[in-house]
Parts: sequence; structure tokens; C-alpha cells
Amino acid sequence: MEATSPTLLRPLGLLAELTHRCPLGCPYCSNPVALESRADELDTATWARVFAEAAGLGVLQVHLSGGEPAARRDLVELTAAARQAGLYTNLITSAVGLSAERLAGLAQAGLDHVQISIQDSEAASADRIAGYEGAFVRKRALAAAVVQQGLPLTVNAVVHRANIDRIGEMVDQAVALGASRVEIAHVQYYGWAIPNRAMLMPAPEQVERAREQVEELRGRHHGIIVIDAVVPDYYARYPKPCVGGWGRRSLNVTPSGKVLPCHAAESIPGLEFWSVREHSVADIWCHSPAFNAFRGTDWMQEPCASCPRRFEDFGGCRCQAFALLRDARATDPVCHLSPHHGLLAELAGARRDAAYVYRRHTPAPAHATAQGDRD
Amino acid sequence: MTEPPGEALPMDARPHLPRGVRLVDSAAQGGLVLLAPERVFKPDAIAAEILKRCTGEATLAAIVDALAATYGAPRERVLADVSTLLRSLVDKKLMEL
Repeated sequence: MEATSPTLLRPLGLLAELTHRCPLGCPYCSNPVALESRADELDTATWARVFAEAAGLGVLQVHLSGGEPAARRDLVELTAAARQAGLYTNLITSAVGLSAERLAGLAQAGLDHVQISIQDSEAASADRIAGYEGAFVRKRALAAAVVQQGLPLTVNAVVHRANIDRIGEMVDQAVALGASRVEIAHVQYYGWAIPNRAMLMPAPEQVERAREQVEELRGRHHGIIVIDAVVPDYYARYPKPCVGGWGRRSLNVTPSGKVLPCHAAESIPGLEFWSVREHSVADIWCHSPAFNAFRGTDWMQEPCASCPRRFEDFGGCRCQAFALLRDARATDPVCHLSPHHGLLAELAGARRDAAYVYRRHTPAPAHATAQGDRD
Repeated sequence: MTEPPGEALPMDARPHLPRGVRLVDSAAQGGLVLLAPERVFKPDAIAAEILKRCTGEATLAAIVDALAATYGAPRERVLADVSTLLRSLVDKKLMEL
């Protein structure tokens, strides 16, 4: 990396979206609504090169994700390649499609950590949310296998209106499964969660109760399990420092090799993304137009441009500013200083009980159900 | 130190990193980094010296002796610093005793 300007740091984390294929249909999936196809996926050797180049640039951790990463037949080879590159290797899985045998292979290949998402503490509800019958049971089985392998386990509990009242039960389950860490991950409204916003949005009193409950759970499980939780965007006063700042600490490689500053970046029109098929990771990090679009603070408008918090939260999330205000340079309206902050309360108030639009590979019609080919 | 002193750690404990937590030397990031699930810690110089010795071989007593000798610091002071760091890491599941 030749440049050492204060706005150009070395990345720490790489989110490797190995595939967009996934057996589940979670209505809050962060993948883009236009999913990439299997035919366009990078091959094993290219991913291995990406891992090596990323490590050379300074990346320390790789998150093998998707879609469902286990849908890749070469997952063990990819894990070995990441570890050989010197990366801390984290598998982010739905647990569906990953056998205990293959998990043992991953552990042998040097996998450092496993994160399994759960949809609810109750089987029927969990399977309904995932759009996949039997997912709940399979997740529990794989979690047990992870612990049996001696691998550290994080349970990622994705929280929204249908399950937010059972945070306590989900954390208790994570403890019982032997997880060392649990994330209370309020749904963020990107990708598939946008068309499902009215169905997923919790009520304000639920959010307040969840906040109290997390505090109580942290006290009760101190030293047993680490509980990470953040305030859900639409009920926050300040925006999250999205991905630690645009083009600052992390990058995301899509299944076909496009390199994005964050997983939702393609939702902003007019950005030019470069691919690992044509450029090295270092070249992309330093020079691709998309990465430089919102680096530093020069792009900011008021109230961000003169705000003392601009080096802490970087104006919040560019994708959210565009999704809600059609201006990617605007202050994230999550911030109470945004003139459009009131919009969030309005959207949060627009709750509606209706069938989810499940994530699937073909563009989802309004009547989409859990059935159908998502491959 | 603002934190309460807490219970004394056993001097015969052999602190070590749990599986899934690794201390690596990254040339690109300019030194030692502690890698854990979804976390990266850059230890300061003192913490790095402590972490390097938490291999599961040395006892807490031996680690404190070695650091006190290396830096010519009072043993009680070193013990307090080491204990504070270890306790905080144990709480975060980044260290086992």
C-alpha cells in the first residue's frame, strides 16, 4: 500500500460472501434482492488468491459467509486457504447443509470460530421465520457438534417483532448449547428486510423491554457468556459507525468477485465497483472509485460536516441515507440531528402483520412462500 | 486504578488463550494483535509483554517474577497490573486460567 494519508488505513476484516445460495429464506437476509448465481461464483483458486492478497494488505480476520457458505463444495479447501494465508477464520453459517463430518474437516483445516444464526427459541416459530421446516433442530445439532469439536461458538439471534419478547429464552438456549458468545442482532433494514420492514419492525415498548432484558441477562450470565447487543437503528438517537467507516476497516467480496465497502453498497446507484478478477485486493482498496467515494469527511454535508462526532460515527450509514432519503451523502436519518429524523418514527410506526416476502433466488412476487427453489 | 481489586487470582494458575483466541504478529498492522471472535485487540506495550507469556506453561507467579525482573518494577505493582488485565480478559472469554 503506497499511500499513508490519514483517510487510508489498512483493513482488518474481510467478509467473503462465498455464495448467495442458501436453503433458508429469512425475510431479513442482508444479501441484495438481486442475488448472484452459482455460474458466476469465483473458483477455489481465485478465493485463495484473494485471501493471500487480503492478508498481505493487513486483513487479520476473514468471515466466510454467504448465502450459506456450506453450499460451496470446496468449503474445507477455502478454509484451509484462508488459514494458510494467516487469517483468523470465522464461519458464519445457518447450520443447514453442514454435517458434523464436514465440520470436523473444517476444524482440521484450521477453522477458528463458528457463528450460527438462530431464528427463535421455539421450533415452530423459528422454522416459520427461516422458511424452512426442520431448521431449528438442525441448528441445535450442529451447535452441539461445534462445541464437541472444541471450537468456540457464537449464537447470532436475529431479533424482530415476532421473537423480540423471547430474548431471554434465546440467550438461555445459547448458554445451554455451550456458546461462549451471543449476539442480539436487531434486524437492520437492508436487502430483503426493506420489503419486510412493516412485518419485522418491533414496537417501541418491545424495544425498551429488550434493552432492559439484555442488561439483566448480562448481569445474570456474567463470566458465562458474552452478550453483544446494539440498539436497533430506527429507535436510536445516534447512528452506528457503519462498518467502522466507509473504506476504513473492512471490505466485502461478493460471490462473483466484486469488492464492496459493505454488503449493501450496491444499493447506492452510480458507484463503480472493481472485481478481484481484474484487480488485486490492494489496488481495489486504495484506488477503486467506490472505496474512495465516502472516505474521510470531505463528502459530508451539514449537520455532519461540522459535527464533533464525525470521526466517531462517520455520518452513519451511506446505504441507509440513500435507502431512506435518496441521498447517499446525507446524514444518516438515524441521527437525531438529521432534519429527516422524524421519518424513522413514522416508518417504525407503520407496522403491519402480513406474510413475509421470503428471500429466494428469483425475484419474489408479493405472494412468495417458503416453498420454491432458492438455489 | 478505579476498578475494585476483585478476588486474588491463584498464583499457580497457568494463564492461556482459549481456543479461538490467537495472538499473532502482523507486520502490516505493526505488531502483536489479539484475534478473537468478531474482535481485534491491539495490546499496548505492557499488555503485549504480559500476553506473550500467557502460553499455559508459566504460572502466574512465574510471569509476575519474570516481568518484575525484566522491568525492575516492584512485584506488587506488576501483580496488580497483570491481574487487572487477566481478569478483564477472562470476563470477555479471551483468557483461561
